[in-house]
Amino acid sequence: MLAYIIRRLINAVITLLVVTLVTFGIFFGVPKITGSDPALLYIGKTADAASIEGIRTKMGLADPILVQYGKFLKGLVVGRDYSSGPDVIHCPAPCLGYSFKTDRLVTPTLLADIPVTLSLAIGAAILWLIIGISAGVISALRRGTLIDRAVMTGALAGVSLPIYFTGLLASAIFIYWLEWLPQGQYVPFTENPGEWFVQMLLPWITLAFLFAATYARLTRANMLETLGEDYIRTARAKGLRERTVIGKHGLRSGLTPIVTVFGLDLGALLGGAVLTESVFNLRGLGYQALDAIRANDLPVILGVTLIAAFFIVFANLLVDLVYGVIDPRVRLS
Amino acid sequence: MSLGPEASITEETTPTADAAEVRSPGESAIAGRSLKQIAWRRLKKDKVAIGGACVVLFLILIAILAPVLTKLFGHPIDEWHPDQVDPTFATPVHPWGGITSDFIFGVEPTTGRDIFSRIVYGAQTSLTVAFLSAFLSTILGVLFGTAAGFLGGWVDSMISRVMDFLLAFPQLLFSIALVSVLPQEFLGLGSRWSRVSVLVLVIGFFGWPYIGRIVRGQTLSLREREFVEAARSLGARSPRILFRELLPNLAAPILVYTTLIIPTNILTEAALSFLGVGIPPPNPSWGGMLSDAVTFYSIDPMFMIIPGGMIFITVLAFNLFGDGLRDALDPKAR
Repeated sequence: MLAYIIRRLINAVITLLVVTLVTFGIFFGVPKITGSDPALLYIGKTADAASIEGIRTKMGLADPILVQYGKFLKGLVVGRDYSSGPDVIHCPAPCLGYSFKTDRLVTPTLLADIPVTLSLAIGAAILWLIIGISAGVISALRRGTLIDRAVMTGALAGVSLPIYFTGLLASAIFIYWLEWLPQGQYVPFTENPGEWFVQMLLPWITLAFLFAATYARLTRANMLETLGEDYIRTARAKGLRERTVIGKHGLRSGLTPIVTVFGLDLGALLGGAVLTESVFNLRGLGYQALDAIRANDLPVILGVTLIAAFFIVFANLLVDLVYGVIDPRVRLS
Repeated sequence: MSLGPEASITEETTPTADAAEVRSPGESAIAGRSLKQIAWRRLKKDKVAIGGACVVLFLILIAILAPVLTKLFGHPIDEWHPDQVDPTFATPVHPWGGITSDFIFGVEPTTGRDIFSRIVYGAQTSLTVAFLSAFLSTILGVLFGTAAGFLGGWVDSMISRVMDFLLAFPQLLFSIALVSVLPQEFLGLGSRWSRVSVLVLVIGFFGWPYIGRIVRGQTLSLREREFVEAARSLGARSPRILFRELLPNLAAPILVYTTLIIPTNILTEAALSFLGVGIPPPNPSWGGMLSDAVTFYSIDPMFMIIPGGMIFITVLAFNLFGDGLRDALDPKAR
């Protein structure tokens, strides 16, 4: 078990290294091929030659890409200094770089965004798990009835509705037309939990609706497959109550595949729900990434991508470990 | 054939109707049918899937006929109509987003451009990107999937590694980033079609592992079947086995997953355009229209509902058709 975890951790680190290398290649390599100068991107087209040269030496942009990549990795582990002449900026580990566009260190900027993304992802996840799984299970148990068809129609509509449409629609209806919810901005939980809840309610519901649709379809399919298994028939034949058959034997193996999907979805969301955050004006990691891409702020983009990949890889690892516990057929080795 | 799939066929269609069809007057005995014929029969009975297919065909027609439709029922996509908007609030003067007999889908706030024409041209962009990128994903997916499944060994572990890696990737973030570093115009294509090709490349590239994984799995199981062994014992070489024995058997899953990846691609294209890295303005796209609507949706909701509704209808139609196709071709996979 311990050997397995260590092996997986090494694998995870390798994946993250490849992700950073690819990101690095895209943002520092592609501009080189297409002939645009990263130093120019940093400082803007109006800068004079001396200040461009200054940026270039300060950022180490004159070095070959692999050297730059090496320095970036070193900064992640032990921190690094950015200096050209008198002013030295120290960037403590884990250093994701320094944004010349905004004159800020990347790591603290991104750390400040994490609570917003975390609030959004966790709240929505709780909602969609409850709604999606119960809708799927009910649909499977009442297969072919009106309820089943209604749930499945709703779920199909749900997977066909993009959040950048439902989000706007929901805001138009609940905030501007019915006026059930107030207009406003994100408020940190630590500042005012009530206001935080009210402001997050609509993003949660909209995001959860989207995922709940997928989960309902998935749960229904899994449950139907499980309920057709021989051991369910055996459980019924030995006289167990229907509730025990479904609750203890059906759900357990019917829901294991959901764990995998859930882990991956949550991991992906934690790395920045770009669309949701953009629609609801939530300044989380996804919003930050978008801002950075629009401003060509390469160090910030690199940082967000790395954090996003970290969440996905970590979620993958967690899913596999949890799987060993909930699914007795899987033995980790 | 095993009993499994047979049993689930009869579940869907009423046995009596099926039996009647099998012994239709023209056929004297129970005729053997190809998978194509069986699937077509099942698909024809699935009214929802046929409905989806009709909507899809209708949308394709709209996209192809965009210039004609614009001439007949609309106005040029970039023609401003300041007389149609309120000078102080920038909203359309007529109710319901400015819908009149002249502007059948209403007009854009601020500029007064004709929404109908922009929707029709948006359909062109959206469907072109979705189809071409699905095509690219399929080619790559089949190529790498069959290679991994058929050759096995280190080729398989390499390709599988790459697929796992791509699937465990912040894809939307990467697409946004990639689209924004690639040049705005190249090969003299003009800004609209250069962006369309960039979107096709990026969306198509990130889509191939989904198809590749399925193709690999299918190839792995088909490779061990008796008919492959039979072909090999008759002296068939690998290319022949691959093209004449394996690929025809892979056609059904490939068709199904290509169809099902199209709605995803439509959503991704719209998302990228919504975020401002897709089709550049003033070229019309549904996602771009939704992004313009963000400023106005509280006072002019029609401007948001029309492009959003179009995305919804299109994606739903493709999903319904794709689901129907899957059920028809492979009733077991559900």
